[in-house]
Amino acid sequence: MPRPRPEPMQVVKQRRDAALKALVEGVPYIRFLDISFDRRGDELTGVLNFDDKLIGNPFLPAIHGGVTAAFLEVTAIITLSWAHLFPQIESGEVNPEDILNDARMRFPKTIDFTVDYLRSGLPRDAYARAFISRSGRRYASVRVEAWQDNHAKLFAQATGHFLMPQPRVTEG
Amino acid sequence: MVDKIKLARQFIEAIPHAKALGLELTHIGAGEAEISMPYNTDLIGDPRTGVIHGGAVSAMLDTCCGAAVMSHPSAPGGTATIDLRIDYMRAATPGQTITTKATCYHITRNVAFVRATAMDEDADRPVATAAGAFTVEGK
Repeated sequence: MPRPRPEPMQVVKQRRDAALKALVEGVPYIRFLDISFDRRGDELTGVLNFDDKLIGNPFLPAIHGGVTAAFLEVTAIITLSWAHLFPQIESGEVNPEDILNDARMRFPKTIDFTVDYLRSGLPRDAYARAFISRSGRRYASVRVEAWQDNHAKLFAQATGHFLMPQPRVTEG
Repeated sequence: MVDKIKLARQFIEAIPHAKALGLELTHIGAGEAEISMPYNTDLIGDPRTGVIHGGAVSAMLDTCCGAAVMSHPSAPGGTATIDLRIDYMRAATPGQTITTKATCYHITRNVAFVRATAMDEDADRPVATAAGAFTVEGK
């Protein structure tokens, strides 16, 4: 039996980018911090676009520790949501435009989040990548790392636990 | 002592990100600090519910813990976060001001230990708690 012809590249790219855009741009706080995401296949890298309002210590200057924590948490939540949604986006079950309107779509909820501050955040762009250590039906465990100029020199890392969105039980 | 408290207040108010979040230092002194943040739609984490993003609460808790360290009688000067763990108990109620209270309960020459709580207008049920270790920097 002949294998079905793969979808044209533009179609795949357009669908995935539209879904990611809907997921990220719909959240006011992500826009407030000006965090964007680079996508290579299903792999995401968070980018914290530097701005003076992210400064915590004006004398050094350094990025606010709370901004670093928030950047790592946003990267963890988006990566987790993306991994959760990706199969449904690919199968056509979920329409990219409906991601933030669909009542069934929920973000994972943070249970706890622990940040290690390894170096001070310099006043320039920062990058973060999240690794899902385990994702079960109810709970997920995620590790996140953040760097600036040199990926081998992390300026912060974090681990967190998340409550996954539960499918609504339909009574009847 | 009064000068130090005044200095800490000015320092917090000079933090660009604290300003961006609309943080207001409502109490500081003797290793304790209280900071409040009025509800702001820019900080929403889920547009379907209007709930403030956990990251904004983390930023508040971090600022409040740092302020508590600096106000401690044994702290000579500045501080930086070594580690901070945050437990999220529930979503903050949309429309309500969030208030954080931090206590620096132990300090050595090099390390300060801090606990903090974040509350909305329902003071009986905390929104989040934090526990962290901070550096103790010289003047």
